[in-house]
Amino acid sequence: MIEVKNLCKRYGPVLAVDGISFDVSEGEIVGFLGPNGAGKTSTIRVLTCYHPATSGSARIGGYDVFTQSLEVRRLIGYLPESTPLYPEMRVREYLNFRGKLHGLSAGERGDAITRVTGRCWLKDFIDRPIGHLSKGMRQRVGLADALLCNPKVLVLDEPTIGLDPTQIRETRNLIKQLGQDHTILFSSHILSEVEQTCSRIIIIAGGKLIARGTPEELRHNISAESRLIAEVRGPSADVKSAVGGMGGVASVELAEVDGWCRLKIAGNGGSDIREPLAKLLHDRGWGVRELRRETPTLEDYFVKVIAQQSGAA
Amino acid sequence: MRNVCPITQRELNAYFFSPIAYAVLAIFMLTLGILFMLTTFVAGGDSSLRQLVGLMPLVLAIFLPILTMRLLADEFRSGTIETLMTAPVDETEVILGKFFGALVFYCIMLLAMLAFAIVIAAFGRLDFGLLSATYIGLLLLGGLYIAVGVFFSACTSNQIIAAVCTIVPLMAFTFLADFLATKVSGFWGLILHHLSIQEHFGDFARGLVDLNDVVFFLTTAVLFLFFAVKVLESRRWR
Repeated sequence: MIEVKNLCKRYGPVLAVDGISFDVSEGEIVGFLGPNGAGKTSTIRVLTCYHPATSGSARIGGYDVFTQSLEVRRLIGYLPESTPLYPEMRVREYLNFRGKLHGLSAGERGDAITRVTGRCWLKDFIDRPIGHLSKGMRQRVGLADALLCNPKVLVLDEPTIGLDPTQIRETRNLIKQLGQDHTILFSSHILSEVEQTCSRIIIIAGGKLIARGTPEELRHNISAESRLIAEVRGPSADVKSAVGGMGGVASVELAEVDGWCRLKIAGNGGSDIREPLAKLLHDRGWGVRELRRETPTLEDYFVKVIAQQSGAA
Repeated sequence: MRNVCPITQRELNAYFFSPIAYAVLAIFMLTLGILFMLTTFVAGGDSSLRQLVGLMPLVLAIFLPILTMRLLADEFRSGTIETLMTAPVDETEVILGKFFGALVFYCIMLLAMLAFAIVIAAFGRLDFGLLSATYIGLLLLGGLYIAVGVFFSACTSNQIIAAVCTIVPLMAFTFLADFLATKVSGFWGLILHHLSIQEHFGDFARGLVDLNDVVFFLTTAVLFLFFAVKVLESRRWR
């Protein structure tokens, strides 16, 4: 549905997007993740035909965003980052105006407005001026606008920014529901949000694509890097050398916490060393009050790849 | 061109939702009222709007840029241009929609101005032929001013800059060109004479609808609208 090939976007001397390629197939919900200033919005603006790419190409539903811009814009519903709206218009008026721009007839507009205001919890606010609405409400109006003409592709730029926790959860559920009949690309810099909603994740940083895959795949990439945390009572030098000498241990960090040695053990390779470690501690007669494996979260992965990226740059 | 109408409607609504429209309309009528009392409504005054209409190029060069300054500049400033241009709308539709929005509002100003014609009709004999020619002229003049205003509003995201940039060339081509045309002789004098808005408008104020003038106003307005479309389009390939 969305195909992006070697997309570059340059603002004067600044290269905001540097050769990104990805695709999104029909019916997928794809999360577009990256720190602030990674080039998410720049990429999205190319996809929504707001500005052109410096080089590379992007197609949506088979139409090229540069040469067949009008066809592309008929296919997509777009929620821009800051949800710009006309403050003097009432919600109904605004949606009616947007419906006209999308070429809906009066009857279709009425139905569409009922449908989207229902979906976006706007029924009670439909006759309020947009300027009087809170940030969260305005965000919903923007979302209602994006859904208005029932587009095949939804592009949402930071749809949950500025919302309170309840609204974030509601929006997340809404996005999941919408994924049943729309192809969705949405950007965020909040990882947990993307993790819970998306079938696939694309991570970009510094304008480059640095990782992509399903949340499970990305998590798998890092599960090899899991480490053990153990709290042991024993002479610290002995503990460190004994544990460090075990097979499958790459490094040991030791810190003394009120008489206990707190160990952070990094393994090399995928082997599970919990059992041999327990045996060793038992044989030496050292007391144990904690032994657990710490699996890195997607968040750690995110921070790590971003750090690698900025280190390389 | 299907989208011109909704955009025009939206612009008109935006005028009436903001205090600008009412302020412009009120101050416009107040200004005209004062000018009318000073020039026409005096003993031995003309029973026509001629005196008043003669001042219109100046009055409109101040009032119309205030109307047009927000048309696109405000969309750029608030970011609504992004939602507008990512909808299936083309640049010509946006520019024409905005132009007609301001033009319709200007027509309301011209209708209000008929009050002075009614006063004249009550106290003297009103020449309807002259009045019609005057109104055709005012419509064309306003159309040109608004087109220039739309163009400069498309060039910046700052409304004040848009207004100033519109007022300066309008003043220059209305008065300076007229003034210089009398000072410079020969080829350049002729050019200035033809470029003077005052000169072209003067015929209408005298009750003369000259095709020359009609073509001048229409083509110049179309030219500025065309430039405005190009400025807006340039965003797509910059």
